[in-house]
Amino acid sequence: MKRMSGYPEYMQESLRLVEKTRPERIGKTFPAMTAEEKERILRDWHPDYKEESKRPLRIGPCKGQVMPHEVADILEAHPAITPDEIDLTDIAYDLDVLVIGAGGAGLSAALLAHENGVERDRILMVQKLRLGDANSKMSQGGIQAADAPDDSPTLHYLDVIGGGHFANDPDLVEALVKEGPDVIKWHEELGVIYDKNPDGTMQLAPGGGTCRRRMHSCKDYTGLEITRVLVDEFLNREIPYVEFTCAVELLMDDKGQVAGSVLYDLDSDEYLIARAKSTVLATGGFGRLHIQGFETTNHYGATGDGIALAYHVGARLRDLDSTQFHPTGAAYPEQIVGQLCTEKLRGRGAQPVNKYGELFVYPLETRDVEASAIIRECYERENGVVTPTGMRGVWLDTPLIDIINGEGTIEREFAAMFRNFKKFDIDIREEPMLVFPTLHYQNGGVAINTRSETSIPGLYAAGEVAGGVHGKNRLMGNSQLDLYVFGRRAGRFAAERAKKISLGKLTLSHLDRYERWLAEAGIETDRRAPILLPEYRGKRTLEHQLKLL
Amino acid sequence: MDDEVEMVTIYVMGKRHRVPAGLTIMKAMEYAGHQFRRGAGCRGGFCGACATIYRTKGSYKLQGALACQKIVEDGMYIAQIPFSPAEKKTYNIEELRPDAGVFLEYYPEIARCLSCNTCTKACPQDIMVMDYVQAALRGDVEEAAKLSFDCIGCGLCAVRCPAEIVPYNIGQLARRLYSRHIVGPTEHVLKRVREIEEGRFDEEIEELKTLDREALQERYETRERRL
Repeated sequence: MKRMSGYPEYMQESLRLVEKTRPERIGKTFPAMTAEEKERILRDWHPDYKEESKRPLRIGPCKGQVMPHEVADILEAHPAITPDEIDLTDIAYDLDVLVIGAGGAGLSAALLAHENGVERDRILMVQKLRLGDANSKMSQGGIQAADAPDDSPTLHYLDVIGGGHFANDPDLVEALVKEGPDVIKWHEELGVIYDKNPDGTMQLAPGGGTCRRRMHSCKDYTGLEITRVLVDEFLNREIPYVEFTCAVELLMDDKGQVAGSVLYDLDSDEYLIARAKSTVLATGGFGRLHIQGFETTNHYGATGDGIALAYHVGARLRDLDSTQFHPTGAAYPEQIVGQLCTEKLRGRGAQPVNKYGELFVYPLETRDVEASAIIRECYERENGVVTPTGMRGVWLDTPLIDIINGEGTIEREFAAMFRNFKKFDIDIREEPMLVFPTLHYQNGGVAINTRSETSIPGLYAAGEVAGGVHGKNRLMGNSQLDLYVFGRRAGRFAAERAKKISLGKLTLSHLDRYERWLAEAGIETDRRAPILLPEYRGKRTLEHQLKLL
Repeated sequence: MDDEVEMVTIYVMGKRHRVPAGLTIMKAMEYAGHQFRRGAGCRGGFCGACATIYRTKGSYKLQGALACQKIVEDGMYIAQIPFSPAEKKTYNIEELRPDAGVFLEYYPEIARCLSCNTCTKACPQDIMVMDYVQAALRGDVEEAAKLSFDCIGCGLCAVRCPAEIVPYNIGQLARRLYSRHIVGPTEHVLKRVREIEEGRFDEEIEELKTLDREALQERYETRERRL
């Protein structure tokens, strides 16, 4: 019987091998790596460990920190504006709390600032795109929280810190895991629909590097469901917000405090001054910088603005040498290359197999290890499938999910994946996906403490822009949790601070200082940061993933 | 761009462009020189920022799609609808009751539904939009919540509805009502929150924080996996 295939003729032989080995792979798994094997494969194959892809930063308080060239480039760049362009006496918004960014962390911060006694008209949320436009919304697989009877925050702590290679800030990890169940409770009170078992308990799945089933999900639209509920609640509270307005620089006062932001209205091309006693940076990560030329799963707005803004005022950064490559980005078809194929697929039984249909890695290693194993399978062992555009990939054998969990599981639990591949005539119930690692997450960022305070008074950071929670590698489902734990803290402590402090005279003299740092380091460049929107016009549209070797 | 790549002609808001075949509408517009401010979001079919309407060569049909998901066709006329004008009513979810009355109170136009199914045909997610609007109208909150679950709020249903209903607002209200008032909280989550508040895990975690790297790694490597 010949069935329709969404893959080209030349891949059919490999697909037949995958189909042939499928029955014997059911119930089998590949052994997990030892600590030594993990260390070796990371060193040899993880993109992070390629020395030539990074350099030490040459300016500022974190001089010497090693980071990808693309990140160093936006920090070793001129500020987007010069102080003489801006009239600091013309205040457009006078605020207690300014929230920059309207994803999960920003929305949580705004809601909590409001609940902690800041009048709604003294809060403003600014967002360079629309409310809720963020990576937060794109999260598919789930959110971790240790609320199952056989689980505990202690076990969650071990998973987070071991997965992060013990580089995490222990206090931040403690805050994350202890607040997990409360975040789920909060979501349910707000009206988030989590997947549940018939007996009313949470339906929990494992993730890479977890020792328990701890992943809560909303089908494979987890981030979408949570974000849209928070947006709806935010709108119900009638807290002021402006969309299509970017933060181009932070403001300071003459007491050394962050005091709001210079905003740029994308419609009118005007600068606006927002003076604020507390400023929350919730601008997300840097996926759209395409580290090492990788395609990315990230939102259009993920251009690393926050780290540039924070560094301009001298805030401490950390762990930016570490970038997360999600093991399974789409490698085919070309139209969706780099887009996320959720880890939950593996959590529910899909196996990565090579072109011969053979297992080659334990499906739920931590993301850095899993990604390295896939790269090695493609580039050292040459066991990958080459796409028509020259990319390589391995199969993620999704039909196993329905075989193991019963027919209908894929359509029910993976509606987004099923739909997005179906558009390209690939039925993931019948055929596997072709996958390759894709740039997914900024593991490091602006250093914070458990109050979401950065090293500069008046500046808070939460979500992907902040660093320290995940160390050198984040586990699935912990970024969603991070957003709400540290977003809520940022809102609460920003509100507290606003009640206590007074602002001095506004200044942008930190930009002059930044220019001096650049000059002293002998950096001559026409780069400016933040970059705000990625550039894909013309032939850049057609650029593909760089060849790894 | 090498010569053997097949090119197609598209019209972006009337302006003619030659672009490589196989690109999504979004990438084709970028290839043609647009840098999106509005009309681009997640670029992966999860956010609804890139709602687009189009007609293809020789067809009278006005169709809708997400620009990040739809491949260009030769002779395609394209316009984006990055925003659908609609008022979202404000409410306190805790105080509402999950029945038909809520929908009629906040969105009375729901009663004008003609059951014409235009919304369903307009949905790029293939959601049974009319069915969930009808479910809300008869007070079946659970059905409305479940049928509308995959909605990404692109707004194409709302701009096509001849009765001027804004279905995505109704879906959002239905889902929150369903979770808050019909499903309710999860017992083991509440229990764990109480245990944490009582300090049940403080000592264990405090102890882990005192371990040196080697001892902590030992604890990590030997932790029991129960999946």
